[in-house]
Formats: sequence, C-alpha cells, structure tokens
Amino acid sequence: MDLYEYQGRDLFERHGLPVLAGGVATTPEEARAIAERLGGRVVVKAQVKVGGRGKAGGVKLAEGPDEAVARATDILGMDIKGHTVHKVMITVTADVAEEYYFSYLLDRANRTFLCIASVAGGMDIEQVAAETPDKVVKAPIDAVKGVDEAKAREIVTAAGFPAAVADQVVEIAVGLWQAFVAEDATLVEVNPLAKNGDGRMLLLDAKISLDENAAFRHPDHEALVDQAAVDPLEQAAKAKDLNYVKLDGEVGIIGNGAGLVMSTLDVVAYAGERHGNVKPANFLDIGGGASAAVMANGLEIVLSDPAVKSVFVNVFGGITACDEVANGIIQALALLEQRGEQVTKPLVVRLDGNNAEAGRAILDSANNPLVQRVDTMDGAAERAAELAAAGV
Amino acid sequence: MAIWLTKDSKVIVQGMTGSEGSKHTRRMLAAGTNVVGGVNPRKAGQTVDFDGTELPVFASVADAMAETGADVTVIFVPPQFTKAAVVEAIDAAIPLAVVITEGVPVHDTASFWAYNVAQGERTRIIGPNCPGIASPGASNAGIIPADITGSGRIGLVSKSGTLTYQMMYELRDIGFSTCVGIGGDPIIGTTHIDALAAFEADPETDAIVMIGEIGGDAEERAAEFIKANVTKPVVGYIAGFTAPPGKTMGHAGAIISGSAGTAEAKQAALEAVGVKVGKTPTETAKLMREIMSGS
Repeated sequence: MDLYEYQGRDLFERHGLPVLAGGVATTPEEARAIAERLGGRVVVKAQVKVGGRGKAGGVKLAEGPDEAVARATDILGMDIKGHTVHKVMITVTADVAEEYYFSYLLDRANRTFLCIASVAGGMDIEQVAAETPDKVVKAPIDAVKGVDEAKAREIVTAAGFPAAVADQVVEIAVGLWQAFVAEDATLVEVNPLAKNGDGRMLLLDAKISLDENAAFRHPDHEALVDQAAVDPLEQAAKAKDLNYVKLDGEVGIIGNGAGLVMSTLDVVAYAGERHGNVKPANFLDIGGGASAAVMANGLEIVLSDPAVKSVFVNVFGGITACDEVANGIIQALALLEQRGEQVTKPLVVRLDGNNAEAGRAILDSANNPLVQRVDTMDGAAERAAELAAAGV
Repeated sequence: MAIWLTKDSKVIVQGMTGSEGSKHTRRMLAAGTNVVGGVNPRKAGQTVDFDGTELPVFASVADAMAETGADVTVIFVPPQFTKAAVVEAIDAAIPLAVVITEGVPVHDTASFWAYNVAQGERTRIIGPNCPGIASPGASNAGIIPADITGSGRIGLVSKSGTLTYQMMYELRDIGFSTCVGIGGDPIIGTTHIDALAAFEADPETDAIVMIGEIGGDAEERAAEFIKANVTKPVVGYIAGFTAPPGKTMGHAGAIISGSAGTAEAKQAALEAVGVKVGKTPTETAKLMREIMSGS
C-alpha cells in the first residue's frame, strides 16, 4: 500500500523525525483552520499519488489563512494526470539551503534491504544515478543487524554529507530505519532531505509503501487505505475475501491460483487479437478450495461488471477436485438466480486435472444453455473471446 | 536421484496438528512420503493418527531430528509464527526447510534469510508462499498434488503453484525428476538459479522447464546463469504479459514497478541465451515435448 505525502509526514512525526508542522484538509474551510493554527506563510500541496504535481499547478504558496482558502479552492478538485485532488496538505514553509536524498527499500535480488543516499537531492534519483553514479551510495542493510549509529555513520561518510550536517543525518538515518522496521515498510524515500536556513535538517517529502502482509500486526494501517480511490468492484470483492483486480476489458476471468490466472489473462488477450481486440475484464483468483459459495461470490462480482460480455472460468484441479468445481458453478448460477440476479452472459468453462472427467460430466448433464465446456485452456480462451466480441 | 528430495528423505511437519498441516500430512503420507513426525511444543509426547499411521509430536525441530533422523521440514504454521518456525529449523541445521505459508511479512522473510546466511546457509529454504517440492514416485514435501504425473527426466522450477500443476499435467506422459515451486514472494529462499544449478548437476534430469512471472529480475539473472552454466536444454514460460503496471496480481512479488519486471524483458533475456519461451503453457509444453522426443 502506497501512502499519500501527508500520511507519510504524519508517520515520520509519530516516529520523532523532523518534519514541517502541518495538516491535511478536504475543504477550503479546513485549510483555513490549519493555516490559522500554523500562522504566517504556508504551502498548499495537492495530495495525489503521481509525480509532477508542481508543474501541474498543484503546489502553491499562501500568505495567510485567506490566501490558503483561495489556493485550496483552486487545487481541490483539480485533475493531475488523471488523478482528482480530494485532499490538500498545508504546512509551514521551509527556507531550504541544501537538498539531499535518503531512502530504505527492499532489495529483492540480494534478498535484503538497501539504503540509497546522495548529496544530490531534490531531483529524480534515477537520473542522478545515471548521470553521476559516484554521487549515489547504495549500501546493503543486514535485515538482522539493521542500522545502528555506526552503520549510519558509515553511510553518511560514504555519501559525502557535509560535516556540518553529518551528526543530524546519522540521527535521522537511525530513526528512519527504526520507522521502516516498526511500520513494516518496503520503501521509505525522503527527497528532499533538506537543510534549512537555520542549519536544521528536515524531511520535506515522504514516499512510503507498507507491506500488506504485515497488516495483522498493524491494525492502525487499515485507516490509511483511501477508500474513495478503491474501485467499487474491488471493494466488494475484498469484503468477500476475493483476490480481484479490475481491468479494462470485456472477458470476465475466474481461475484458481495467481500464476494460472495471470496466464489466463495473457491467453485471453492473445485470443482477443483475433476477435475484435477484446481483453480480460479482471483478475480473479478464487484460490485452492473453490466451494460453491466462493464460486457464487466470484461470479457475482464478475457478472456485475457492466463491461463484461462473457466469462471464462479456468480451473486446474490440483488439490481441488473438478467435480466439486463443476457443482460449484451450477450451484452458483442457481444461487445467483435465487438472489434475483438475471444471468444472461455466457460462461466458458475449462476444467482439467483432478477429477476432470467427472466435472465435465456434471456440466454436460446440467445442460445449462449459458455454460459452454471447452477442455483446453487455449481453446476455451478463444471461445470466450469470440463470445465477448459477438456480445460487444 | 532427483534434486533435494528423494525416497530416502525423512520429513517432519511444523504445524502438523493444525488444519492445513494435518490435511497435507495425510496427503504426503498417501503419496509415499516418509513423514516421521511433527513439531508442536504444546503437544510434545502425543501421537497423531493418520489413517493408521501413528506419527509422534516433538517439542522442537532439534528433538525431532535427534529422534528420527529427519532431514526435511515442511512448515505450515500461520504467518504470525512463520519467522520463529523457520529460525528454529535453521538453529537445528536441518538440511531442507519448505515454507508453505502464504502472507508472511517481507521483513520476517528478510530477517530469517539474513539469519540463515549468518549461520552459513546450512539449511536450504524453499518458499515462503510456495507449493513445495515433489520428486514424483519418490517423495512429496508440500501441497503439490502427487497424482498428476509420474517420474521422468524433466526438471521443473516455478514461481507459481497452479502453473506448476498445469505444466506437470501437460507433460505427464514424459514425467518429471523433480518439480520445485519456489514461490511468488519478493524474497524467497531458493531461486530459479539454485534450481537450475541443481538440475544441471542431476544425472537423472535431461531438460528443464522454468516458469516465471512478472516482477523483479530473477528471470533475467537466471538467463545470465543459463548462458554461463547450463548445458541442458531449458524451455521457459512467463506469466503476466498483459498485467498493468502498479497492480499486484495475487503474488506479492508479481508487480511491475517502473521499467523493471515486465514479461517482455524477461522473455527477451531468456531468448537471448537460447531458451525457447512459449506463449502459453500449452505451447511451452509443446516446445519441451519436441526437445524430449528429439533427444
């Protein structure tokens, strides 16, 4: 889960890291209250999870509460690269003398964590790394030992931070690591890490990603989810414990196992190239034990997407037996009818693996006009794409 | 002979008394796996009956090893307790630990991996979030269905569970030496490269199927490794060509960020070193079939 800048600022503040005083507003009046509390000149910043907001006019100075209201009015509702601004962050201003870069992130290749630090901050770090690689320090962090003062000093020295700020950066590096671990983050990026005119270091921006697998030890992280930005179908699926991702196509997809479903999306897209360029409408993994109830919930979500013209159910019976899956599909259709749903979209079902013959026989004898059985994955994808193209 | 798991492997189950653990212990026994016991400190000294096979419960991995000579542990404990379970296995220096549990925080995985490295990597870790390892006809450690295929001379390494099963099924008439599901998490104990190296050295494996998916650069690094070290034919498949950037598709590791991790990049890297990459699982199986019938 990626956080908004204001959530990152709050998180840093909670962990005792130096940030600018500020708050978040969803209305101009809330912006006024924050500006009054802060006093003096403030910055009003659009809260969007996309870069380039400054250039788009999403960051403005205000000389007091009245101007803060005017700037917030301008920015709220603005569209930045397809993202509507629903919130603005108001902070006091900084008097930036120097800008540095500091981050911790997951290093998959080396199966550990990595610290990236540079005295060339404020810009895109990838660009700095490409143009002046000697200005970027990449230090692997041992996940058990972590970052203590000695490790932090080693990084700060290697990156060439000026002596005047070195002690402060060491302290921030240790504190930031502690926050990274305590919050189960996979990324904390501070760009810029700034030296203020008075010599004080400040974390002026925050890009933070949190590990959703660690939610069980962070009940407070749930509140950070931006419900307004979540697709309503994805939200409904999550409430039913289904692993669903909305996509832009016409062929609804239901399968078991993340890899097989990803593969199904590909196979349907290839077939779509031959049939009106239809594409997969979603990713939906119903997991190992696909009971009738789970299948019904899955079908209900997929069929409630108005863009869906046909559905491809692709199941490989590993632990799951295909006869159970077939019964699940038939019962699910009956269940949906009981719930008052009018199912009219065709289903193409491919069953293979454990008890496939029995499963296919169940589908055949049910003789539901909406259900078509195709026994190969490629063939079934072809048929589902064809039906979707015909239904568009 | 197969790799890492043979008919002589003695398997214990951490979490054997839980619902998933007991279900799959029964399945492993039915597949002919030599399961010799389980670990649960609160139930130590008890035995559990699996359709007539009485398995003892030990207080720790070390106790189980001392009593039974176990050399493989399969871990089914919930995510909250997985790190402690793996650390216990590492402390006991068991040669192979298969971590089935899904949803382990990546800080926990990074931490037990670092601990394993600090102990000199005495334990091979497979997973987490993986279906395990199966040497058909010999032994099965994890949740891979045992009846899909018999033994043969293809080696299989895969990030994905169901795609592993699909590929085993497609090539069931030829059969497999060992199938390894390495898992789809961002940090995993055993990589594609580890499996490729083991299959290259295994006299009972003639060719290798490698299944990858979007995210990270493990497949690209595997391609470099194949170029320098693998003489046996390798066929590849990558899932996730049409996955949009920034969306997590079920596996925590399967996410395209920035320019890295795309299926196209992985396919190109593999093809550049002479690995044939199938467009679909079925086409991939066909490529392998051609290799096995030609040799």
